[in-house]
Amino acid sequence: MGHSTIVEEEFIFTPEAKKKILILLGVGVFLFIVGLWLATKDGHHEHAEGHSQVLSQQWVASIDETAASEAPAEAEHHETATWLKRLYTTLWMNNIYFVGLGIIGLFFVAIQYAAQAGWSSGLKRIPLAMGHWLPVAFGLTIGLWFLSNHDIFHWTHSYLYDKSSGQFDEIIDGKSPYFFWPGEAGGFPIFYIARMVIFFGMWYWFFTMIKRNMMAEDLEADTKYWFKNRSISAWFLVFFAVSSSVAAWDWVMSIDTHWFSTMFGWYVFASWWVTALAMITLIVVYLKDAGYLKVVNANHLHDLGKFVFAFSIFWTYIWFSQFLLIYYANIPEETVYFIERMTTSPYSWIFFTNLILNFVLPFLLLMTRDAKRHLSMLKVVCPIVIVGHWFDFYNMVTPGVMKNDGGLGLLEIGTACIFLAAFLWITLNSLSKMPLFGKNHPLLEESLHHHI
Amino acid sequence: MDADKHFVVGIFNDEDVLLEGIRKVRSSGVKIQEVYSPFPVHGIDEALGYKKSRLPIAAFMFGMTGTSLALLMQIWMLGYDWPMIIGGKNFASLPPFIPVTFELTVLLSALGMVGTFMIVSDMKPYKWPRQFDIRSTDDMHVMAIDLAANGGKSKDELKRLLSESGAVEVNEKSFE
Repeated sequence: MGHSTIVEEEFIFTPEAKKKILILLGVGVFLFIVGLWLATKDGHHEHAEGHSQVLSQQWVASIDETAASEAPAEAEHHETATWLKRLYTTLWMNNIYFVGLGIIGLFFVAIQYAAQAGWSSGLKRIPLAMGHWLPVAFGLTIGLWFLSNHDIFHWTHSYLYDKSSGQFDEIIDGKSPYFFWPGEAGGFPIFYIARMVIFFGMWYWFFTMIKRNMMAEDLEADTKYWFKNRSISAWFLVFFAVSSSVAAWDWVMSIDTHWFSTMFGWYVFASWWVTALAMITLIVVYLKDAGYLKVVNANHLHDLGKFVFAFSIFWTYIWFSQFLLIYYANIPEETVYFIERMTTSPYSWIFFTNLILNFVLPFLLLMTRDAKRHLSMLKVVCPIVIVGHWFDFYNMVTPGVMKNDGGLGLLEIGTACIFLAAFLWITLNSLSKMPLFGKNHPLLEESLHHHI
Repeated sequence: MDADKHFVVGIFNDEDVLLEGIRKVRSSGVKIQEVYSPFPVHGIDEALGYKKSRLPIAAFMFGMTGTSLALLMQIWMLGYDWPMIIGGKNFASLPPFIPVTFELTVLLSALGMVGTFMIVSDMKPYKWPRQFDIRSTDDMHVMAIDLAANGGKSKDELKRLLSESGAVEVNEKSFE
C-alpha cells in the first residue's frame, strides 16, 4: 500500500484519437449512405404476402383492427415511404439509446455523491464528461420528434380522437390527457413536449450545478463543494426517479400506444444504466491503457466490473419480470407486444440474441474475481454489453413502428457508428478540458487505499 | 513429537505489529498454524500467504446442481408425472420454471458453500473449537505455531523469534 504522491493528470485528446473517431464517423456515414440507398430500393415489397404467414393467428387478429382503422387515414393524409420510416426509426432509436448514456453519466456521479462513496473519486470525471452529451441529446430529441412524430408515434394522428372520423380509437382517446393536456386532444401535445423540455432542462441544470462545484473544488481545497454536491445530487436523484420513468413511457412505450407495462420505466432505466456502466468502464480501461489514471487500480476496476456484472443480472431480472407476467396472464392486448417481437423477422433473432448478449455472456464471463480485475476481460465484456443493449433498444422501438417491414442492415449500423463517433468526440473533448480527477476531492485519499 | 498437539502461542496487541510479525516469522522458515483476531485485519491473508480460495468454484458447482435439479424436478413433475393444464401453456414450458430454478440455484449454492466452508475450516459439529487464548475474542491477536512444524527450530528459539517479532507475551499451549 504505502503512500503514493498524487500527480495531477490532464487528458490530451490527441490528433491520433481524433483521427480514429473521424474514421469511425466516415465509416458510419458511408454505411449510412449505402444503407439508405439499399433501403430505398428495397421498399417496394411493403405489403408482401409472405410476411404475414409467419404471424400467429392471434396477432393477425389484433393488428387487423388497427390496420383497418389506419389504412384509409393514411391514404387520406400521405403515406410515408418505408425507407423514410425506417430512417426515422433508426434515428430515434439511436438517439434514445445515447440520451441514456448522457443522463446516466450524470446519474452515476450523483449516486456517488449521495452515497458518499470514496472508491470512485478518482474516476468521476469520466461519467461527468459523458453528461456533456445532454444538450446535444436535447436538440436531437426535440428535432427528431418534430421531424418524425406522425411516422413513429401513432398517437399523434388527430383522427384517433375524432368520434366522427371513423377511425376513432377509444383506448387512445382515453389516454389523450397524458399527451395533450391542457390542450385539445389531437392538437399540439403540450403536456408531452413540456415534459420533454422540462426533463432535459432540469437534467442539464443539475449537470451544470454539479460540474460547477467539481471545477470550483479543483481551485480551492474546501469540503463545502463536496457537501453542496451531495445535496444537489440527492435532489437530482429524486427528480430522476420520476423523470426517467416518465421519459421511458413518453419516448419509447408510447410508440406502442395501446400497450402498456408497469415495468417499462424500470426496464428502460436498467438498460440505460448497465450500458452506461459498461461505457464508463470501457473508457476507464482505455485511459488506463494509454497510461492515464494512475489513481485507478485493479480494485477500482473490480468495482466497475461488479457494477456491470450485477446490473446485467438486474436488467435480466427486470426483463424476466415483465415477460413472465405477460406470458402467464396471456391477455391478448399485452401478449401482442411479445408475439410481434418473437415471431417476426428480424426481431425474432434479436429477441433471443438480446438475452445471450446481455445476460448469458456477461454472467458467465464476469463471474470470477480475476475477470473483473483485468483489463483484457473487461475489454471483451463491455463492448458485448454495449452492443447487446443497442439491440435491446432496437427491439423496443422498431417493431412498434415498422411492423413487418423492419430491417437491420447497413443503415442501422451506419447510424449507430455516426452517433457513437459524435458521442465519443463530445465526451473525450470535454474530458480534455478538465483535470482527469479532482485533486482536492475530500475522499481521494480513501480511494487510493481502496482494497477489495 | 506429535503434530497438532503442542503449540507456542504469541500474543500481539497491535494489528500493524502483527502483520510485520507474521512476515518476519514466515521469512525465517517457520510455519504458522493459525492467527486468531477479534476483528478483520486488512492484508492478513496476503501476509499469511493464503492461496486464492476455491470456495467460488464449489459455489458454482453447487449452483449448477441446484439449476439442474430444479429443472429436472419441474419437467418431470409437470411434464410427465402429473401433467396439468395451467393457463393453456405447454406442460413443460420454461418461463414459469425460472423462479423455482433461480431459488433452488441460490439455495443449494448457499447451503453448499456454508457446508464446504465448515468442513474445510475444521468446524465439524462434533469438534469442540480449540481456544489458544481467550483474549483473541476480546482485545488481542493470537498467533499459534505448531511445534511439530517449526522449521527445525527449538521451542526456545521459537519463543525468542515471537518476542523479537513484536509479541507482548509468549506462552505454551498443549492439547490432549
